Amino acid sequence: MLLAKDLSFRYPRQDWILQNFNMEIAPGEVVGLLGPSGFGKTTLSKLLAGYLSPTAGDVRVNHAPLPRSGYCPVQLIFQNPELAVNPRWRIQQILAEKQMPEPSLLEALGIHSGWLNRYPHELSGGELQRVAVARVLNPATSYLIADEMTAMLDANTQALIWHRVLDYALVQNLGLLVISHEAALIQRLCNRVIDLVQVRASERWKGA
Amino acid sequence: MAAPVLSRRKSIRFNRRQITLGSMALCLVFLLLIGLSSWLIGEAGLDPVLTQRNQPPNWAHPFGTDWLGRDMLTRSLHGMSLSLRIGLLAASFSAIIGTGLGLISGTLGGKVDAVITWIIDVFFSLPHLVLLIMIAFAVGGGTKGVVIAVALTHWTSLARVIRAETLQVNSSNYVQLSHRLGRSPVWIARHHMLPHVVPQLLVGLVLLFPHAILHEAALSFIGIGLSPHTPAIGIILAESMRNLSTGYWWVGVLPGLLLLLAVKAFDILGENLRMLIDPKTSQE
Repeated sequence: MLLAKDLSFRYPRQDWILQNFNMEIAPGEVVGLLGPSGFGKTTLSKLLAGYLSPTAGDVRVNHAPLPRSGYCPVQLIFQNPELAVNPRWRIQQILAEKQMPEPSLLEALGIHSGWLNRYPHELSGGELQRVAVARVLNPATSYLIADEMTAMLDANTQALIWHRVLDYALVQNLGLLVISHEAALIQRLCNRVIDLVQVRASERWKGA
Repeated sequence: MAAPVLSRRKSIRFNRRQITLGSMALCLVFLLLIGLSSWLIGEAGLDPVLTQRNQPPNWAHPFGTDWLGRDMLTRSLHGMSLSLRIGLLAASFSAIIGTGLGLISGTLGGKVDAVITWIIDVFFSLPHLVLLIMIAFAVGGGTKGVVIAVALTHWTSLARVIRAETLQVNSSNYVQLSHRLGRSPVWIARHHMLPHVVPQLLVGLVLLFPHAILHEAALSFIGIGLSPHTPAIGIILAESMRNLSTGYWWVGVLPGLLLLLAVKAFDILGENLRMLIDPKTSQE
């Protein structure tokens, strides 16, 4: 169970980005997170994956806090794959940073063996995003957070990536948080949807 | 009408990679030749021959002779060879210190970063030459003194650049991701940071090199560097100052030109190496 309890975050001397946010994701569940720009979607995903530490509240995985070192069971996939790979590494090295993914997974995601010797700038955004996805799909990952994972990709690549990730999540019992501002995509993919606009409205109503 | 005629002319065309590698090889050979020249031509030309004083450049003495009748070509090559070795040694030590401290500072951050930044600022606040003289004097002068003094005073600017570069890479998504993939800070410094700062290191080394030579000359000039009998390029240039006004231009200009060529060769070498290492430009 990935649990966010009373999660609050703000940068020093600035307004709250998130306040008393609660949510949970069960293994194998696909949860959608909707919200317009500036509602803290990316901040929330960074908090859940341990890239930022919360100002108050905490994130727990299977009743334990996120590990400070070692492999994090919650992995985040960024919107821009170009920034998430070292431009000086070959694809082979990027894929194997944790462990080399199974050949069957590479094939399923359409990662050709010819790409392995190339550098990131020689692949397109969609191709790189598939590499970034393959990198974190391994047995040590229990939860995957997809922050606008396919927002900048064409429809074909988008469909391909989501099919493969959903298949993998089903087989491996992976919990998935799909963050997007595209309601149609989320409706199509998810068992359950959290709407940040509604969350914020209910908070305000509670506070009044 | 002239165009087709011109295009029919057969000329050997090289691609950019061949030009890059070719110019690098040329520079390397030039620098190696200078470096080994003192060993190749021997010390014959270093003795004074009073019958052939102050000769302008001619076939027997391409660089002319000085007021003691010493062959300037032999002296210049001996001097460049020595300067090259001292400069390279001092600049390399300096670059290693700068890279090490810059990497540590940028990777660990916090208190370690504050201490290293403070040390850099202290070094920057002291007058360069005074520090150089004090260190060279403290370790007893000579070649050892020059190398230690230059190595200890020239690392600061490079450390600053590398620290900034490391901080920038440290905040990038792929490094943060590497932490979440369970990689240790040391592993990240070795595999993500170091390859990124190597080009800066090379450029830094190239920029440090002429500095090192000039400061070696400065220390020799005031008498705590190399002994005046050694044919160092700095000493030759300092001596030539007296001769310029009397019209013996070759005593200063030609060794100076040799120094310029050597530094430029280093520059081309560094620049091309940087282009080859960077994957964005390496395949153009």
